[in-house]
Amino acid sequence: MTGFRRAAGLAVGLAIAGLASGSGQAQTLTMGVGAPVTSIDPHYHQLSPNTAVGHMIFSGLTRTDANARITPDLAESWRPVSDTVWEFKLRQGVTFHNGSPFTAEDVAFTFERVPRVPNSPSSYAIYTRPITRVEIVDSYTLRLHTASPYPLMPTDLASVMILDRETHANATTEGFNAGPMAVGTGPFRMVSHRNGDRIEFERNDNYFGPRPAWTRVNYRMITNDAARTAALLAGDVDVIDQVPTSDLAKLRGDQRLTLAETTGLRVIFLSFDHMRDDASPFVTDNDGKPVPRNPLRDVRVRRALSAAIDRNAITERVMENAAIPAGQFLPEGSFGYVPGLNPPRFDTEAAKKLLAEAGFPQGFRITLHGPNDRYPNDARIIQAIGQMWSRAGVRTAVEAQPWTTFVGRAARQELSAFLIGWGTSSGEASNPLRNLTATFDREKGYGASNRGRYSNPEADRILEQAMRELDDAKREALLQQATRIAMEDVGILPLHIQKNAWAMRRGFAMEARADELTRAQDVRPAAAR
Amino acid sequence: MTAFLLRRLIQAAAVVLVMSLLVFLGVFAVGDPIEILISPEADQFERERAVKALGLDLPLWQQYLVFLGNALRGDLGRSFVFNEPALKLILERMPATLELAIGATVAALIIGLPLGLYAGLKPNSPVSKGIMATSILGFSLPTFWVGLMLIMVFAVQLGWLPSTGRGETVTILGMRWSFLTSDGIAHLIMPALNLALFKISLVIRLTRAGVRETMLMDYVKFARAKGLSPARVTFVHVFKNILIPVVTVVGLEFGGTIAFSVVTESVFAWPGMGKLIIDSINVLDRPVMVAYLMMIVLLFITINLVVDITYSLLDPRVRLEGKQ
Repeated sequence: MTGFRRAAGLAVGLAIAGLASGSGQAQTLTMGVGAPVTSIDPHYHQLSPNTAVGHMIFSGLTRTDANARITPDLAESWRPVSDTVWEFKLRQGVTFHNGSPFTAEDVAFTFERVPRVPNSPSSYAIYTRPITRVEIVDSYTLRLHTASPYPLMPTDLASVMILDRETHANATTEGFNAGPMAVGTGPFRMVSHRNGDRIEFERNDNYFGPRPAWTRVNYRMITNDAARTAALLAGDVDVIDQVPTSDLAKLRGDQRLTLAETTGLRVIFLSFDHMRDDASPFVTDNDGKPVPRNPLRDVRVRRALSAAIDRNAITERVMENAAIPAGQFLPEGSFGYVPGLNPPRFDTEAAKKLLAEAGFPQGFRITLHGPNDRYPNDARIIQAIGQMWSRAGVRTAVEAQPWTTFVGRAARQELSAFLIGWGTSSGEASNPLRNLTATFDREKGYGASNRGRYSNPEADRILEQAMRELDDAKREALLQQATRIAMEDVGILPLHIQKNAWAMRRGFAMEARADELTRAQDVRPAAAR
Repeated sequence: MTAFLLRRLIQAAAVVLVMSLLVFLGVFAVGDPIEILISPEADQFERERAVKALGLDLPLWQQYLVFLGNALRGDLGRSFVFNEPALKLILERMPATLELAIGATVAALIIGLPLGLYAGLKPNSPVSKGIMATSILGFSLPTFWVGLMLIMVFAVQLGWLPSTGRGETVTILGMRWSFLTSDGIAHLIMPALNLALFKISLVIRLTRAGVRETMLMDYVKFARAKGLSPARVTFVHVFKNILIPVVTVVGLEFGGTIAFSVVTESVFAWPGMGKLIIDSINVLDRPVMVAYLMMIVLLFITINLVVDITYSLLDPRVRLEGKQ
């Protein structure tokens, strides 16, 4: 009898063990991502795929949620204690993956390390530079001093991953890539990393935040769009990102799959040569001779070019509804979005009239440039615009080039009109205002990506006022005002804001992020039906 | 033989030097790496710092001399993107590409030689005509399309093989190899076959042409007249002689396969050197581009040398020439 009991007990035990290992199997997530991760060192190279992996291994003081709003992470709360001092209260009882406790010292160490990472091609120092002094009040209270009021501190610090003074004192980028230094406070710990191929993670059971659904994550880089889709269809991966717009309809109709979509923060726009008063390099009259004055300097010409574009046709046909028409930098709901500032109405006749008023009743010729390997359907978009402009009397030639060649030419002001994009990962309007439309100014660090050299002193003045305004409501009003000016000037010509799409096998669900990041903690098993 | 080798080595060194200059100038002419690498949010100050950090503020000739000086010490520079030595990155990826290239070459010989031999011995049979017609497809179908079709049929529809990526690896001599695990082999089959397709057709055609030409030679007739068995005539007298052009072409093709397996590697997400170079070109990672091209130059020089030596082993006339 006891023997029987023991046997029965054993059988039940085995069955439970079997169940446990069965469910353990189901808790591995395999992701296929389109853009290669270049570094595990969170302070080496600012790049979306690196940020996504950074969010899995490390944590910041603050973080952005799926809709790019700032929320607490390692800091529980923060407030400006004076015009030039921010105070952060830190979370207590957090440990790094190796057991080392997290304190204010580690934050101070992180800010020391960020500007000192050798050979960094794109440093995170832009986020720590405003900090003039780090004052450690106690182990869990920190005061950050700045030279002038700096309202963006909590926003900027979402980009800075916190490292441990004990562990990372002499950490090199290679040390992170090889594994031993990849120690953070994030929801996953890195198990292995094969450069350009895959990264394996396991769950950090001591994570202070919500527990991820996966005990193991296999993060595979599949850069070829068709191959990534095929890997999903074959069941080799559970989730893919950067779903090509041409595949969206087919995947949506597939019973085995589901999609997660959201409006993103990347605006696709045209930029114009605002710099030259005389002839612009790619503008000629209808006979091919240079035009003595640059028509693109005339706001009526820019408004005409904007009115001549049928944005709905582009988003519906070229982008297959994977974008929404845009009349400003950011989508509705973002900080600094201007209600009522809608995309200009498509009206070829009005465009012709504006051109005539500006002194170009016969139009002119222009070459519109753009990349052909950077944004979804980029080359096809400029082709469509070329036709629309030609209909309004501006005979347009289109030239699409690889990004590597194109972007250098755009940055050197060699072009007259070109398509480019801007992702506002912070989700607030000062970011595009400072970088895209503020007057190019080396000392202030403004207008670094203002490739057309648009300039409006009034907009600059309001922006600078906003950048010193710690009150959120007042700052938002100022940013809206500056945005309105830049848009009425057609400083840039917004076309559309992209939607982000992930596709996954049925049985998986994902919180789609506006900032395009693909992270394992956003994926979970779909609720059982 | 020693004089021959020495002469070839001096030639090789000169070629490497000239190529290093060409490669450096060529890579320098394409775009601005800072524009590609830097976060768009970086301000002017940060951009200038990055230019300096990567040594791009020096004039071109100075950059070249720095590169040359380091290269002589075996340091081909550090990747802008990964901050690791370019050579290390390439060598890490090399086993993956090597096993793909070797797999493809072996497949080409195993499949191509018998088919070509058959087609050459029985040129008028319908099977031979079928083989030749099919080989045209191997030449003319684009690799990336065939690759995607293979994935769609064998991975998505039938589910027999994994769609992309490299399988489990074992570490031998500090390098990761996947052809020794069953999972690794399963992952290797489709990309290797895809890469081999062109080569199979090439080997078939070369072998067939060689066989047809050799069968008419006097020494084959003599061998037959001596009463040797058809098998001996075919495999000893004919086969050995047709191998010379096949070895030349397959050898050179092998170099090409290693250097330019880019398409297959990106379709199958195969983490080899081809994928590294295409990713590096996309972000203008100059040190990796230069190091890779220099490696390829060395590779081709080595392969040519090996082919020459193989010749002399297969064909005594080449050896005699060397002695005269």
